[in-house]
Amino acid sequence: MKRKPEPASQEPPASPEDEIPGVPGFSTWRGVYLFVLGAFLCMVAALAIFSRLYS
Amino acid sequence: MNAIDWWVLLGTMLGIAAYGTWRTRHTDSLNTYLKGNHTTKWGTIGLSVMATQASTITYLSLPGQAYESGMAFIQNYFGLPLALIIVCAVFLPIYRRLGVYTAYEYLGKRFDRKTRLLGAVLFLLQRGIQAGITIYAPAIILATVLGWPLELTIVFTGLLAIVYTVTGGSAAVNLTQKWQMAVIFGGMLTAFFVLLWKLPPSAVAMAGAMGKLQAVDFTPDLDRRYTFWSGIFGGLFLSLSYFGTDQSQVQRYIGGAALREGRLGLMFNALFKIPMQFFIVMLGALLFVFYAFQPSTPVFFNQAEWQRHMSGAAGPGLRALEAKHTGLHAQRAAAAHAWADARQGGDPLVEASTRAALSEAQRKIEGVRKEAKAALLAVDPRAKTKDSDYVFITFILTQLPHGLIGLLIAVMFASALSSKAGELNALGTTSTIDLWRHFRPLAAQDEKRNVRNAKWFTAFWGFFAIGFALFVRLAENLIEYLNIVASIFYPALLGVFVVAFFIKHVEGTAVFWAAIVAQALVVGIYALGKFFPAHEIGYLWLNPIGCVACVLVSVVLQSVLPLRPAARTS
Repeated sequence: MKRKPEPASQEPPASPEDEIPGVPGFSTWRGVYLFVLGAFLCMVAALAIFSRLYS
Repeated sequence: MNAIDWWVLLGTMLGIAAYGTWRTRHTDSLNTYLKGNHTTKWGTIGLSVMATQASTITYLSLPGQAYESGMAFIQNYFGLPLALIIVCAVFLPIYRRLGVYTAYEYLGKRFDRKTRLLGAVLFLLQRGIQAGITIYAPAIILATVLGWPLELTIVFTGLLAIVYTVTGGSAAVNLTQKWQMAVIFGGMLTAFFVLLWKLPPSAVAMAGAMGKLQAVDFTPDLDRRYTFWSGIFGGLFLSLSYFGTDQSQVQRYIGGAALREGRLGLMFNALFKIPMQFFIVMLGALLFVFYAFQPSTPVFFNQAEWQRHMSGAAGPGLRALEAKHTGLHAQRAAAAHAWADARQGGDPLVEASTRAALSEAQRKIEGVRKEAKAALLAVDPRAKTKDSDYVFITFILTQLPHGLIGLLIAVMFASALSSKAGELNALGTTSTIDLWRHFRPLAAQDEKRNVRNAKWFTAFWGFFAIGFALFVRLAENLIEYLNIVASIFYPALLGVFVVAFFIKHVEGTAVFWAAIVAQALVVGIYALGKFFPAHEIGYLWLNPIGCVACVLVSVVLQSVLPLRPAARTS
């Protein structure tokens, strides 16, 4: 049976300090990404409303 | 331009270039030369990423595009925040941990040398062409409206960027981009406020009534160039390619003081890029209203081209078109005032009828502008009939006071220099690391020789871009031209990186040939659209098509190709 091959190179593991965003109000990078995603959705909604208001 | 404008222009441009050169003149470590010093904070990285992406074309061409077609282009950026989140979460940590100089070095570690070389060559090919366009685009517009010699403008801009980029490398690029962005923000905000000050009270409503404020279009139509869907999907793939795999961007964020700085710099762009682009397209939409209320407006904004033909045999015909346009413009101004009054009056029926009259007047104006372009083409088939790139610069030169004219021209040069420097820095780095050092591994031990070669390669690409700009002739809308070139070359490259990051069992040979197939497919689809326009699809769709094709073909090929011994034994 053919074994599942490993990738040619292994990436070194992340260091713990990499996981701390150091932004007030955010303890993880996941939180930062969710905030940016939320802001993006708000921007699209605002633009859609803007388009509708001035059509 | 008068003496004050010249002082402002030359003072800012030469001052920033000299400052960058002086501060980084002792850069002799390869790491600092290629990645910048390791004290760079997120603010500098964020501005540097923004400055590299936004060239003069953004500030000159985008307002013109909004003037003509409205704000729909902003949807092009909808995929950008999503792409930056993916780059932050997946791409950047791996680049940092492996300590690579270029994104293609990672492909060598993950796959093999031929895949690394393919990635580097695809990048050098498309970025080399784009570096030429980056320098040509502002030069052709500024030389035309200011009456400067085109060749001199190209050579001056190119040489200035070469001097400080070659001297200080990445550190000089980061340093100068920060100050150049300050000039750009200051100048654009000033122009925006001057425009607001000159507008009538109902300007935004009128721009909306004329269809210039349609920012989001949810129509699921593949033929439409800019929709929400093409922006989200096509824009996501285009941005992912650009920020994740294009060395000109990768180089801006991998060299920060820590991983955190690079991530925050990218998140800064994810948050502020769409508002910044909104502000630029809004400026274009409001320029439309401004010109609608002016006593007279040119029938064709590239006045240098127009006047050139006015003095020839076509003169009487063009003059007749000008007269027709003047009459229609007066009708539109009257219709605009009538609509504004009706709007204030509050009677919906009167408002609807005056609005219909305004739309009809606008339709007639657009008709005569088309006639003017057709007349120019009839006289000279090589005439440049795309005049939207000249709308904003005409406003700058005719409506701003002296001093501010110099500042806004400095904005155009600052943006040209900042994006050009980022490109040269990346082209020089990729040539040194992925080509020269790759083929001369023994020479890699000699630090000084590496830096010297990186400088030579940077200079080479600078002169290549100048040469390209001196000989190229482009007629398309410039910002679209840049995106089209990117959409042809990026998808296969992105496919290779997607496989590298997410499909661990695929090896180099499979992904290499898959990339070749995907690249051929994208070129084929694009060419098919040009030969058979009825089947042409929006160019943004080339990005997901090429990327997905590369991923699928690589998986299929891997299932039939033998595994490498190293992988089999593991």
